[in-house]
Amino acid sequence: MMVEGKAHNGRLLDVEDLIVTFETDEGIFRAVDGVSFAIEPGEVLGLVGESGCGKSVTALSILRLIPGPVGKIAGGKIRFQGKDLLELPASKLHNIRGQEISMIFQEPSAALSPLHRVGRQLVETIRLHRKMDKKAAWEMAREWLAKVRIPDPEERMYAYPYQLSGGMQQRVMIAMALMLEPALIIADEPTTALDVTIQAQIFKLIRGLKRKDTSILLITHDMGVVWEMCDRVAVMYASRIAEKGTLEQIFNAPAHPYTRGLLASIPKLTGAKGKLKAIRGQVPSPFEYPSGCHFRDRCPHAFDRCAAEVPPLYEVQEGHRASCFAAHELVGKPPEAE
Amino acid sequence: MAQIIQADSISAPPSPLLDVKDLKTWFPIQRGIFSKIVGHVRAVDRVTFSIQKGETLGLVGESGCGKTTLGRTLIGLETAMEGQALFNGRDLVTLSSRERRHLRRQMQIIFQDPLSSLNPRMNILDIVTEGIAQFKMVEGGREDHAKRLMAEVGLDKEAIYRYPHEFSGGQRQRINIARAISLRPDFIVCDEPVSALDVSVQAQVINLLMDLRKSHGLSYLFISHDLSVVSNIAGRTAVMYLGTIVEQGPTSDIIEDPLHPYTKALIAAVPDPGKAKIGEREERLVKGETPSPAAPPSGCRFHTRCPDIMDICPRVDPPDFSHETRLVRCHLYK
Repeated sequence: MMVEGKAHNGRLLDVEDLIVTFETDEGIFRAVDGVSFAIEPGEVLGLVGESGCGKSVTALSILRLIPGPVGKIAGGKIRFQGKDLLELPASKLHNIRGQEISMIFQEPSAALSPLHRVGRQLVETIRLHRKMDKKAAWEMAREWLAKVRIPDPEERMYAYPYQLSGGMQQRVMIAMALMLEPALIIADEPTTALDVTIQAQIFKLIRGLKRKDTSILLITHDMGVVWEMCDRVAVMYASRIAEKGTLEQIFNAPAHPYTRGLLASIPKLTGAKGKLKAIRGQVPSPFEYPSGCHFRDRCPHAFDRCAAEVPPLYEVQEGHRASCFAAHELVGKPPEAE
Repeated sequence: MAQIIQADSISAPPSPLLDVKDLKTWFPIQRGIFSKIVGHVRAVDRVTFSIQKGETLGLVGESGCGKTTLGRTLIGLETAMEGQALFNGRDLVTLSSRERRHLRRQMQIIFQDPLSSLNPRMNILDIVTEGIAQFKMVEGGREDHAKRLMAEVGLDKEAIYRYPHEFSGGQRQRINIARAISLRPDFIVCDEPVSALDVSVQAQVINLLMDLRKSHGLSYLFISHDLSVVSNIAGRTAVMYLGTIVEQGPTSDIIEDPLHPYTKALIAAVPDPGKAKIGEREERLVKGETPSPAAPPSGCRFHTRCPDIMDICPRVDPPDFSHETRLVRCHLYK
């Protein structure tokens, strides 16, 4: 399987032109509109954006977890290790979920079963994917609880999730996500519900425990989290990718006005104080997306063409693309200059 | 009304607007059919600080540290057990409910969730003029008053007949702010006012709060879990841990050179884009998790997680030690 994966341009995951629609009483809208990105083995890709931008829907599409019949993957390809996950029969997909691709959710209390003890849930996951007797699986689960630094792991194996704090529950989720040594971990806002000191501990754990060639797709709204964890970044705005590039390219030379505005508007711990550079207006509802570029209503650089055409993802530097007609002019300027 | 405020500020210019001393808000833990009190959750325990007129004090800490309870106690939404909280010279702790009703005009609160803090059945006109009507402060028509408030918080004046659900999160928080300033208060408790908002909208609301402080001469207690937000808006900051303020002083001093081991750990854990990442910077990550405020550790409450623990720490609860511009509750600064 790995050989096959390597044969595919060395990419582990390749999402191409993904379109996901949702049907509501108000009509059909595109929650994800032509999203493309790729993840190399061992890489941490941050998919960043505000609530409703489509980042979580994108992540759920990879495992085909979009709630039907309301939501539907209406187009595109998702290739994982060379196989198109959208074409795969359900039984094959089942083997991939949990084993090859695992997920860490925002709310560990919602992701763990409240009725079963932690140990049993871990053992079940192991035995579902590995031929292992109960005793060996139990031993492996206990070892992983120790690896994610849960004190008294033997005792915690018998605990119900509600008996653990949010930070401890998230550690259990991380153990569950990592123990089968998947090729890809999808982490959807894994530390948003946690305090900063616990968040820092979790970052260190994930970094230290993941295998070298394990890739992570990290979904977050928090540029600070992106900075701490990611190698490359894809910024989403209103169902589309606004910009993608390496961590350094996005933070040091952002080319899309949305990314630039976002970075300039975030309060900094150190450095300049006083008034913040706010982006004007607000995120539009999917039924009110403007024509052409979705960001143009809020953009200080918008001109006629932005309303008429959707800007393609222009390459401004090697590996750095931005969906903006002004991208080439903006890329060299510091974001504070807006 | 305006005259009374003036008289107050003239008669006591050097004293702070709010002077809190050894404030305690404990919640009883009750068991059994007779609801016997078996212990207390020490949400706020011996807290001392002050806020000057026109000043913003940032109050930071992690979930469960008591920062929200402290804010609610000042506003009168929780009852203090002991201590003193002088507001313009009057003690909020011993105030009768009638006197407090009067003071409410001068103290307001903005909550974290902008939707649940607005009555869904009231239109914006009623929401932002309810307080004014209560205190019979309406001059001219209510509509005019509401429109003026809407303009002040950057909302469309003609939207006063609409209902909360028709607005976005950022706009709803602006409505909350309009309601809070409608009574021309002196002091507003801002309890995580931007935490529920989208990143691109947060800056707008923070800027609005900063503008209003200037134009209305407001003082804020700005409660937040986010040190980066506080560092932009507050001149002074107090750091809370497990019911107590462990360090307070000028915000820039605290961020650039934290003294208390907990403050050091807190700041080390905050991602700071463009600066060193976790693992690359100095290792100050604390071990373990916050103990329960129902059974706080003996002596210094942070000693169970502190990397600089000494013999004295589990035995003696440190008082506030004065260290240059700051108060630090740690034996290291004796």
